[in-house]
Amino acid sequence: MASGVKPRVKVPKKAAAGDVIVIKTLISHKMESGQRKDKEGNLIPRSIINRFTCDFNGQSVMDATFESAISTNPYVQFEATVPEAGEFKFTWYDDDGSVYEESKKVAIG
Amino acid sequence: MKFKAMTAIAALLLSAPAAMADEEAELVVNGDLNLVTRTAAPAHLADSLDEVLSGWRFRSDETQALQLDDFDNPGMIFVDQAMDTWGTVDGEKGKSCASCHDDVETSMKGVRAVYPKWNDSAEEVRTIAMQVNDCRENGMGAEKWKYTGGKMAAMEALISLQSRGMPVDVAIDGPAEVMWEEGKELYYTRTGQLDLSCANCHEDNYGNLIRADHLSQGHINGFPAYRLKNAKLNTVHARFKGCVRDTRAETYKPGSAEFVALELYVASRGNGLSVEGPSVRN
Amino acid sequence: MEFTRRDTLALGLGAAAVAALPMQVFAGSHGGKVDEAVAAFTGGAEIGEGGVELTAPEIAENGNTVPVEVSAPGASAIMLLATGNPTPGVATFNFGPLAGAQSAATRIRLAGTQDVVAIAKMADGSFVKASSTVKVTIGGCGG
Repeated sequence: MASGVKPRVKVPKKAAAGDVIVIKTLISHKMESGQRKDKEGNLIPRSIINRFTCDFNGQSVMDATFESAISTNPYVQFEATVPEAGEFKFTWYDDDGSVYEESKKVAIG
Repeated sequence: MKFKAMTAIAALLLSAPAAMADEEAELVVNGDLNLVTRTAAPAHLADSLDEVLSGWRFRSDETQALQLDDFDNPGMIFVDQAMDTWGTVDGEKGKSCASCHDDVETSMKGVRAVYPKWNDSAEEVRTIAMQVNDCRENGMGAEKWKYTGGKMAAMEALISLQSRGMPVDVAIDGPAEVMWEEGKELYYTRTGQLDLSCANCHEDNYGNLIRADHLSQGHINGFPAYRLKNAKLNTVHARFKGCVRDTRAETYKPGSAEFVALELYVASRGNGLSVEGPSVRN
Repeated sequence: MEFTRRDTLALGLGAAAVAALPMQVFAGSHGGKVDEAVAAFTGGAEIGEGGVELTAPEIAENGNTVPVEVSAPGASAIMLLATGNPTPGVATFNFGPLAGAQSAATRIRLAGTQDVVAIAKMADGSFVKASSTVKVTIGGCGG
């Protein structure tokens, strides 16, 4: 697992049923592009977050693939419909096989 | 000599169209914290500047926007990391920062606004980094951090955040005065093959373009600063080093008496601006 | 990157050739890779205009972190390409049934001044694109 990786998400705690809410996500990650060289001139191998998904109660909101052109500390902002109370699940997939997860509950009210 | 330097800077400066954000923009963080990014210059600058402007004002709309919401500000990643460090025991004495300083939000409030600051018992002017390393070495029995390293930058960000919105208010009289004068001397001293002083760029030419970049007034109220170019927090002394190096001079070392003096002087030029750190710059 | 007069002339001719030949959709030195990425996404289908919006700064202060936003109401997916990068792919956003809008904002790396392109796959299987030129400036001191 790459070091210092920490997911962060911002989701409103409450929504009315059927509301569209804004979700912000950010994960601390170097996103080594595979284009850079080290001091000895060797290519530093690519090591990035290559996929990000967001589900709500098991239904997909977003499934994104990332290439090395996504900046360090990948940030994605998008919108989701909240049909009922439940939980958002966020998953980031690392080139090295690591999977990072975060979840947030949303109440209706 | 003077002519040569003027030529050097004229070659660097262009008057191309600006990408600078609009003049009326205000820095309001999270929708409720108003930061002062433009104010009357402190009295000691009366002969050279009418007003002081935060580096935030010299950035493009997109870069400015990154500082308007703490979730969007990548500098906050490092604040989180430092928060973990704050409560983690390190060193022979089995202490963490919290062992002595409890809640960072209370104990560190106002600290960033008044540093660098004269320390009576040590009889020296201390930066926050010096104070942190004194704590680590003598208080915790832990290894000192690299002066401009990632852990130090992150801890400075956490400490700065507790003073965010408070006006910079660095004391320049009393026992700190001697060092302040030294820092002022350095600020106006030309260095390097390009023969440039801090003032040549940041007092005489702020707002002008240096290649495709807007020169700021060079205040450090926003430090540590998350820079888009290297995607990490940058400390004041690392930035000084970069600037001096770019004049093609041998630079002073981060943590050296010269850079501490310069930090004291430069901080005092921004007296009255809000503490912004961790800020976002290009 | 430095261009000699001859390179510039060649680029100009290349652009003219592209204008004349509708088969190659995107110009630039990485045009081949761009075409490949587009074909992989569209399966070679024709790409229309309108219905997809790409928001990017006209001038980016640093190519390392450029904020961009894509939006295509009713789309099932949007692919984002940086046509001047050594690897043109940036991201593909696939929208699920609970997407509140078919839009996404992110931060991307651009190797230099270039066209950023968004291609949306609409619900009926058709494709539309939008593009935006982003000038990436070279910092002053960079210190």
